[in-house]
Amino acid sequence: MAQELTGAEIVIKALVDQGVDTIFGYPGGAVLPIYDALFQQNKIRHILVRHEQGAVHAAEGYARSTGKPGVVLVTSGPGATNAVTGLTDALMDSIPIVCLTGQVATHLIGSDAFQECDTVGITRHCTKHNWLVKSPQELTRVMHEAFYVATHGRPGPVVIDIPKDVQFQKGEYTGPQNVVHRTYRPKVKGDIEKIKQAVDLIANAKKPVFYTGGGIINSGTVASQLLREFVRLTGYPITSTLMGLGAYPASDKQWLGMLGMHGTFEANNAMHDCDVLINIGARFDDRVTGRLDAFAPHSKKIHVDIDASSINKNVRVDIGIIGDCAHVLEDMLRIWKSKARRPDKDALSAWWKQIEAWRARKSLSFKTNDDIIKPQQAIQRLYELSKHRETYITTEVGQHQMWAAQHFPFEQPNRWMTSGGLGTMGYGFPAAIGVQIAHPDALVIDIAGEASIQMCIQELSTAVQFMLPVKIFIINNEYMGMVRQWQELLHEGRYSHSYSDSLPDFVKLAEAYGATGIRASKPSELDDAIKRMIEVPGPVILDCVVDKFENCYPMIPSGAAHNEMILGDDAEGATVSEEGKMLV
Amino acid sequence: MKKDETIERHTIAVLVDNEAGVLARVIGLFSGRGYNIESLTVAEVDQAEHTSRITIVTVGTPMVIEQIKAQLDRLVPVHRVMDLTVEANSVEREMALVKVAGTGERRVEALRLADAFRARVIDTTHTSFIFEVTGAPTKIDAFIGLMRPLGLVDVSRTGVVAIARGPEAM
Ligand SMILES: Cc1ncc(C[n+]2csc(CCOP(=O)(O)OP(=O)(O)O)c2C)c(N)n1
Ligand SMILES: [Mg+2]
Repeated sequence: MAQELTGAEIVIKALVDQGVDTIFGYPGGAVLPIYDALFQQNKIRHILVRHEQGAVHAAEGYARSTGKPGVVLVTSGPGATNAVTGLTDALMDSIPIVCLTGQVATHLIGSDAFQECDTVGITRHCTKHNWLVKSPQELTRVMHEAFYVATHGRPGPVVIDIPKDVQFQKGEYTGPQNVVHRTYRPKVKGDIEKIKQAVDLIANAKKPVFYTGGGIINSGTVASQLLREFVRLTGYPITSTLMGLGAYPASDKQWLGMLGMHGTFEANNAMHDCDVLINIGARFDDRVTGRLDAFAPHSKKIHVDIDASSINKNVRVDIGIIGDCAHVLEDMLRIWKSKARRPDKDALSAWWKQIEAWRARKSLSFKTNDDIIKPQQAIQRLYELSKHRETYITTEVGQHQMWAAQHFPFEQPNRWMTSGGLGTMGYGFPAAIGVQIAHPDALVIDIAGEASIQMCIQELSTAVQFMLPVKIFIINNEYMGMVRQWQELLHEGRYSHSYSDSLPDFVKLAEAYGATGIRASKPSELDDAIKRMIEVPGPVILDCVVDKFENCYPMIPSGAAHNEMILGDDAEGATVSEEGKMLV
Repeated sequence: MKKDETIERHTIAVLVDNEAGVLARVIGLFSGRGYNIESLTVAEVDQAEHTSRITIVTVGTPMVIEQIKAQLDRLVPVHRVMDLTVEANSVEREMALVKVAGTGERRVEALRLADAFRARVIDTTHTSFIFEVTGAPTKIDAFIGLMRPLGLVDVSRTGVVAIARGPEAM
């Protein structure tokens, strides 16, 4: 017999039955019944954030580091609109989020009632799907469908908008096993004929390269294992997007480092010169391809993606395989082994010789001195002093993000959380809170910029309240460094509004919140400061004062090709084409 | 690889779950991603199953048309997407209501032409007719063109509906 529960109770019961242990939220008039139901139970932990954007980013960090969906609860009107940036971020980076929003009572919808907004209208463009639940009878089904949609196929955020009267009214509850979605059946197994063709192409390649992305991470740890096995079996070089870092161990000799705008010289040149490009779970984003008509111009291209619309969207491919990375990799491996495939040894050793020559260019190198900390140096030291721990890294957006991607190597998936698609300043710190909630004993560090950190700094109060020992490692260059770098490159160094004026004293700011503040201004202070940051219990801000004018290299300027990189020791007089100036 | 830049016109049928907001989702997809809509029609086709059928006529390069279909297909409430221009031999029809006002010679001429187009008169006064005309969009264009000098005052068109020939369902 089905149970009769109030809408609010249905919400909680459905969350529990979906395996949810934590939600991130902020109360308000239109969600009070749900907050009341939360008060009367102890299965779900509620983390009170200080801004709804923070709730969604925290849920993203939770999701990205666990592989489970993140859950958010916010009120109507401003609660919902504040969540929009986080939802868009999750949509761009394919992060599974279930966001519950309160809505005014059904009879008030459309009357411009207090704190009413058209939440499903506003979030239609920044969710994978959304629902307005008009009666308690629909609520069970929608709750379970929402989890199904968020986590199946290409993951993404969903919104369930629940009017306040529906939260009070009674309806029947049924468990998730009774709910089957009417239409949504994403394809996970790839077409076997195409996979066979792909394996043939891979086996006969002379200058192959694997180009992998966030899809491997989303597919789960099995996908990473299968990828490692396949890549090692072939002996081919592998690079990855920003979102895919950690899927393949950075310490491995086949690893070329990240590709794209701030990727390594060897990764980008290998992409440009390859004859077979094997894209698994990446989406030919413009940060990666550079100038499209000069992208991997001599290559046959294979693309594995769970989202059919990613295939042939930006780049035409020769073999497009729609399916989940883990399933497709499993088939590829099986076929490779059963046909006893061997790579072309001579061609491969010549290809590696070429790659080693590019690698010898040491495109990530930088010069240190005794007076001022170099940002890259700060990140390298952070890595050295934390690598023996279970460490999770999140970032904000800017130069520090790219330096983190370049200089902090990852050995495992799910350890690296960054806003790739949307590039959201303010993402990193709340995301770190979500990661820390999911991994209470781990070391969780937000590598931040002094500008970005101010966008969600209010969450320091959350970290203190819940005793979350998140570490904020500020690469403080007193500039919106990435903006300044582009102004140098495109606007003759006119630094229009990119100076971080009137900065707070970050040490005092930490203390004001009840956290610990530390500052390092000289290279000689760096190691001790990092060690203290790690050792001190509770949340810490380490304000790391670095060289103000360091730029992030290597770089493919916008509108340029992969083999037209600007290198750090050769950056003088670098220019951007007229078409490139139009691009971001 | 050389991109094919020829512009093609495609008629796409989309079978959707008839839930709130589904049309907004489809239209939002076209506006958000900068695709063209030449014509769009929608109506419930199965009351018991709550399914609606949307017929969209769009133009774009082959790559854009492929994108449009893939993007439509990934919308959660979509059952099936069918490109009637490539997947099937299909028939297309549109209906229009055309109001023409006038007297004397012009009125007689309008009636004579309507007959040639098999347009039916569904309302009449001493000074006006409303014609109902059905056919391919080009036929309706032609009829409207002919009515213009004869006192055309108002047009209401349904947009294109289309269906594949032969015994199979979509
Ligand atoms: C919300 C938001 N607003 C604006 C931008 C544009 N933007 C990209 S990087 C950047 C500067 C970031 O400065 P900081 O956090 O100090 O990092 P740095 O580049 O100096 O390491 C800005 C303004 C953005 N990415 N996100
Ligand atoms: Mg800065």
